[in-house]
Amino acid sequence: MSVIDQMKGLTFLDRPNSYIGRSVPRPNAKRLVQGRGTYVDDLRMPRLAHVAFLRSPYAHARIRGLATSAAKAAPGVIMVATGADIAKVCTPWVGVLTHFKGLKSAPQYAVAIERACWAGEAICAVVANSRAEAEDAIALIEADLEPLPVTVDMETALDPGTPIIHAELGDNLAFERTLDVGDVDGAFRDAAAVVENTFSVGRHTGVTLEPRSIIADWNEGEEKLTVYHSFQAPHMMQDIVCKHLGLPEASVRVVCKDVGGSFGIKVHIYPDEMATVALAKILKRPVKFIADRLESFVSDIHARDHRVKAKMAVSAEGEILAIEMDDLTGIGPYSVYPRTSAVEANQVVNLTGGPYKHQNYRARARVVFQNKVPMCQYRAVGHPIAVMVTEGLVDQAAAAIGMDPAEIRRRNVIRDDAHPSIAASGIKFEKLSHQQSLEKLLTMMDYDGLRKEQAELRAKGIYRGIGLAAFIEITNPSAAFYGVGGARISAQDGCTLRLNPQGGVIAAIGVTEQGQGTESVIAQVVATAVGVPMSDVRVVTGDTDATPYGGGTWACRAAGIGGEAAWQSGKALRANILEVAAVILQSTPDALDVREGKIVDKATGVERMTLAELGRVAYFRPDTLPADLKPEFVVTRHYVPKDYPFAFTNGMQASYLEVDTDTGFVKLLKHWCVEDCGTVLNPQLVDEQIRGGIVQGIGAALFEHCRYDSQGQMLNGSMADYLVPMSSEMPDMEVGHVVTPTASSELGAKGAGEAGTAGAPAAVINAINDALRPFNAHVSVQPARPEEILRALGKV
Amino acid sequence: MKAPVFAYAKPASLAEVFDCLDGGEGVRLLAGGQSLIPSLNMRLSAPTVLVDINHVSALRGISEAGGVVRIGAMTRHHELATSALIASLLPLIAKAVPHIAHQAIRNRGTIGGSLALADPSTELPACCLALDATIIAANRKGERRIAARDFFLGIYETALAPDDILIAVEFPLPGEDAICGFDELARRHGDYAIVGLAAQGVRKGQTWSSLKLTFFGAGDRPLLAEAAAQAVVFGKGIGAAQAALEDALSPSDDGECSAKTKMHLARVLLGRVVETMESGT
Repeated sequence: MSVIDQMKGLTFLDRPNSYIGRSVPRPNAKRLVQGRGTYVDDLRMPRLAHVAFLRSPYAHARIRGLATSAAKAAPGVIMVATGADIAKVCTPWVGVLTHFKGLKSAPQYAVAIERACWAGEAICAVVANSRAEAEDAIALIEADLEPLPVTVDMETALDPGTPIIHAELGDNLAFERTLDVGDVDGAFRDAAAVVENTFSVGRHTGVTLEPRSIIADWNEGEEKLTVYHSFQAPHMMQDIVCKHLGLPEASVRVVCKDVGGSFGIKVHIYPDEMATVALAKILKRPVKFIADRLESFVSDIHARDHRVKAKMAVSAEGEILAIEMDDLTGIGPYSVYPRTSAVEANQVVNLTGGPYKHQNYRARARVVFQNKVPMCQYRAVGHPIAVMVTEGLVDQAAAAIGMDPAEIRRRNVIRDDAHPSIAASGIKFEKLSHQQSLEKLLTMMDYDGLRKEQAELRAKGIYRGIGLAAFIEITNPSAAFYGVGGARISAQDGCTLRLNPQGGVIAAIGVTEQGQGTESVIAQVVATAVGVPMSDVRVVTGDTDATPYGGGTWACRAAGIGGEAAWQSGKALRANILEVAAVILQSTPDALDVREGKIVDKATGVERMTLAELGRVAYFRPDTLPADLKPEFVVTRHYVPKDYPFAFTNGMQASYLEVDTDTGFVKLLKHWCVEDCGTVLNPQLVDEQIRGGIVQGIGAALFEHCRYDSQGQMLNGSMADYLVPMSSEMPDMEVGHVVTPTASSELGAKGAGEAGTAGAPAAVINAINDALRPFNAHVSVQPARPEEILRALGKV
Repeated sequence: MKAPVFAYAKPASLAEVFDCLDGGEGVRLLAGGQSLIPSLNMRLSAPTVLVDINHVSALRGISEAGGVVRIGAMTRHHELATSALIASLLPLIAKAVPHIAHQAIRNRGTIGGSLALADPSTELPACCLALDATIIAANRKGERRIAARDFFLGIYETALAPDDILIAVEFPLPGEDAICGFDELARRHGDYAIVGLAAQGVRKGQTWSSLKLTFFGAGDRPLLAEAAAQAVVFGKGIGAAQAALEDALSPSDDGECSAKTKMHLARVLLGRVVETMESGT
């Protein structure tokens, strides 16, 4: 940074042509709204075959036989493959990691061989010339299935007498974690008040706009498998395909073009997708699988499904003294590969009570098998449960001692000047801003004014509620997340930049785009770091042959980790450009800068030459350059966070709503979120991530629920019956920021994609309970359907 | 999923439709397709022949003559919503239509399709009952007139014979001092109602002379709550009317809402709709 810049009070981010911190338009938006996106189903290729799956109608059944001759003879059918056929080319997997001590699971096959363990598990595959012909043939398969006893209710999954799903595992307990910190019993003994509750968070799922989609193509001549995949982590998929199909890395390329939403749904290994890859290998031709809406509901991972019994001790002054909680969660019949299904419960243990100062904490989490759709990581893994438990108890504690809900939070959050700090669960915070966030939120929402309005309306029989929720969010994960447990999932990401002769820059990067704007953020960072107009930057993502090795986009890592790799790479390219320019211009690199695609005099900003001229000389007339000058216009830099396992972010949310106490209907009036994701690279993208996250959090709080019967059948697996949150019911959402950059990187950016989902359910449920307070009624079940509210009110 | 294979016919006249209907059991009429097409794509329905009646012009149009409004079976919900004739003569229909699903569905869905499907949780069958409509069915032998109260027989079950086509609905003009009310409770805007109420009555000053209360989502078909309506008409108070619903309605449990809660919500709706009608707002 120049002396002049320092005098102006500018940081290194405020370069003359900086795009950082600005809501610049997304380069890919125009293409996508014009319908020119390339999703997997848009790809056309010769000899493309289509696979459809026969799925088990039973939640647990022995496959005694599959009569497939009629299906094999049906029009257009290319192959009918059983689980045993697929297993000849694709080995089974077990979803465990070594850092979850005791986690166990059973081998899972791409297509079930002996038993189906959930209603919806694929038990036979049909490949045909069209999807319709494949479905016609499926109807002709005679499956001889012997229904087996089911384990559905997680509450009884561990009881003696409950059928054990995998006999070789000995019981239905997949994983258990306990924690006991400080003097919990003493704190409860000495407390002025103890509040307790049982919180229930229902199963829901991701419902991506583009369903899971894959085309795999085995080219026998090249001995190369190309997988076009609607997915978040292409290199992870490449590694796993290599492992289970026994192929060398050079033989597998995974390409993720446009991806229509993911939310964590598309970061797991799915049996039907692995089967598609195996079929392409067997048939030596491209095979496509697109999950339709109905099979998505019974084959995409589900999320949540937690029951938490918890209590909190507080002093008369409102100090939180201790928290004790017991979480039980059901994950279906297998721990999902390769990230495992123990992560969510583990996060609930880590995050519960996280915003607060207390140091007495006891927790237990048990993860059990059941015959339901497998459960795994979905947006804000574990966070909404931990936040609900904590913030629900905080509100109950405030009520028990007669303290305002804002005041009790003010007294208990970890102080902004107390960092670095360690929470009772052991998680480490570099620097958080709970106090600033709370005060900013209360000002934004006019908390005192709303309380007054609430009281006035209550006198007229109108019941409105205000709900607050403090949250912390795990972002920028280091290798501590998966790598240390043995998962071959990259924690680092690289960015390769190439300056082209006309001055354009190609940026190839390991993080990926699923609609959230990753490519925009990378283009902004690269343009700023190199010194070129954003329109001159083209970003390449989602191709294992074309980008540096990387983890992809999940756990709020793309901007914080990918962005820093892009920043470092951009700086290095600029330095290389200036080295060459200095020779041509008979100057020194220090005296020059790159701005808006031109080499300028650093002090005056006067143009010396364009990048296009530099490119012309370097690429086409290198004979005019000194012999020892070797222009290096391709650079790569990598980044991985090392000093903290995670860059925690923090924030506060609030909900204002009205409960119709006759019908139990909830009208959402307004929602606020103040969050601190460090350096804000693109304010509009961050705000929309927060808003989208809030909507999914509201979905969990009020609408979304995978309902099951006692036989393990999902009852509402269609878009008519599964209630995704829709715009008509959504409130206006106001987003504010506190900026505490992480010192782990130069950019200082942390993640923002999951904060909304983390805090919204607790804010909404707390607001409902605030509205119901005059009736001494309380709900702690999500989704809080009208019937639950009427029940709490004693009206039904 | 993809629909199973079926044959497709596109008749241009009722005579051609009758020819198609002679084809036997697997023949299904395709009106707006907003329920039938999804059921085909889910392979819940497998007709041998799909008879597309979207091009039969005799089935279209809204007209008024001789104290009767006639609505052709292929009239789209969107046309009902934007018809000045409907707004002035059948305000109950005008109030109900915005509650039917979403705009894209209203653009295609038809009144004839809705009545012939007879989903018990939908709006228009209830309106027909409240308005004393007459459903006109036709087959090769001629036309039949069926009173709305005799038309709906159960879930997806009507008085239509396999060779019938529903061609129009006729509504008597509600007349002087007629008032109406409509409300429903749905989890999200555009969802099927948990329970809903279409009400049509005559009230002069503070005095009711008649009232029809038709609930939907509260049984296997739209249900007239006659005793409750009588309680309102005779001024016995809303509590008495609400109590009378117990015998009139028979909602069932579903995963989202129990029958007991649906009864409670029906009572709340009754109170609210009648209060709105009586207050003239």
